[in-house]
Amino acid sequence: MDEADRRIVAATQDGLPLLPRPYHAVAEATGLPPGEVMARMERLLAEGAIRRIGAVPNHYALGYRFNGMAVWDVEDARVDALGARIAALGLSSHCYRRPRHPPAWSYNLFTMVHGRTREEALGAVEEIAAVLGDAVRAREVLFSTRILKKTGLRLAG
Amino acid sequence: MDELDRRIVNALQGGFPICERPFAVAAEGLGIEEATLIARLAALREAGVLSRFGPLWKAEGLGGAVTLAAMAVPPDRFEAVTALVNAHPEVAHNYERTHRLNMWFVLATETPQGIDAAIQAIEAETGIPVLNMPREAEYHVGLRLEA
Repeated sequence: MDEADRRIVAATQDGLPLLPRPYHAVAEATGLPPGEVMARMERLLAEGAIRRIGAVPNHYALGYRFNGMAVWDVEDARVDALGARIAALGLSSHCYRRPRHPPAWSYNLFTMVHGRTREEALGAVEEIAAVLGDAVRAREVLFSTRILKKTGLRLAG
Repeated sequence: MDELDRRIVNALQGGFPICERPFAVAAEGLGIEEATLIARLAALREAGVLSRFGPLWKAEGLGGAVTLAAMAVPPDRFEAVTALVNAHPEVAHNYERTHRLNMWFVLATETPQGIDAAIQAIEAETGIPVLNMPREAEYHVGLRLEA
């Protein structure tokens, strides 16, 4: 990530301009030639600094009102292999391993599930549970009851 | 939202091309005109169906840091603590959840050190321990929300 990359981040973190030549507009905003903007973004996408490019839907606006954080206490020796399998199911929008904080928090695998109904979200949890099988010692589903704050992640500029 | 809006949202949650006329390329795949696609995306964004259209940047790749943090807030102090936590610009998202740990927020900072500083400030202001749960591994997901 160099200075030019950071200018591209600043110019696009709120989105691409909805114009026929959006990367040319980014070029204008950053002072870089259009070909260089596109080449840099191709590289950043390949490196994973850009997860993906496209539409970022609002879960609630699409009717997904039941957003559950399903958390699992999975054996350390098996969590990475199982995490990869769970992610590939296509049932969760995020799948991460995070540290435990015993005794307050004993869960190390986090999956986000979404449903238009509570049952739909819990159905996804059961499908995940079936794959995790006996590697799970305990689990819970934490539904969000209120959005207290939601701003975009601002990383630069 | 009509049938075309749904097709657009379902088709374009990733893979938007990097080229001179990307909307024209994407529109062709959907069998519509470039101008139609641009107008539909603008309307979907305006209506809040899309929170954004463009690249989804990963904070760590940019030298910044992100973490998930949780607190067990006494119910009678919930509103006051919410105000204290939300006042920090590093707090990007904050959710109330059904658990003894009832407040969950995402911290995003320009440097890794910024995370510790924000957590210490929140603990000092609220007197409540903050559990820091940074990602240790990320498993690649294929989910696309169906419109």
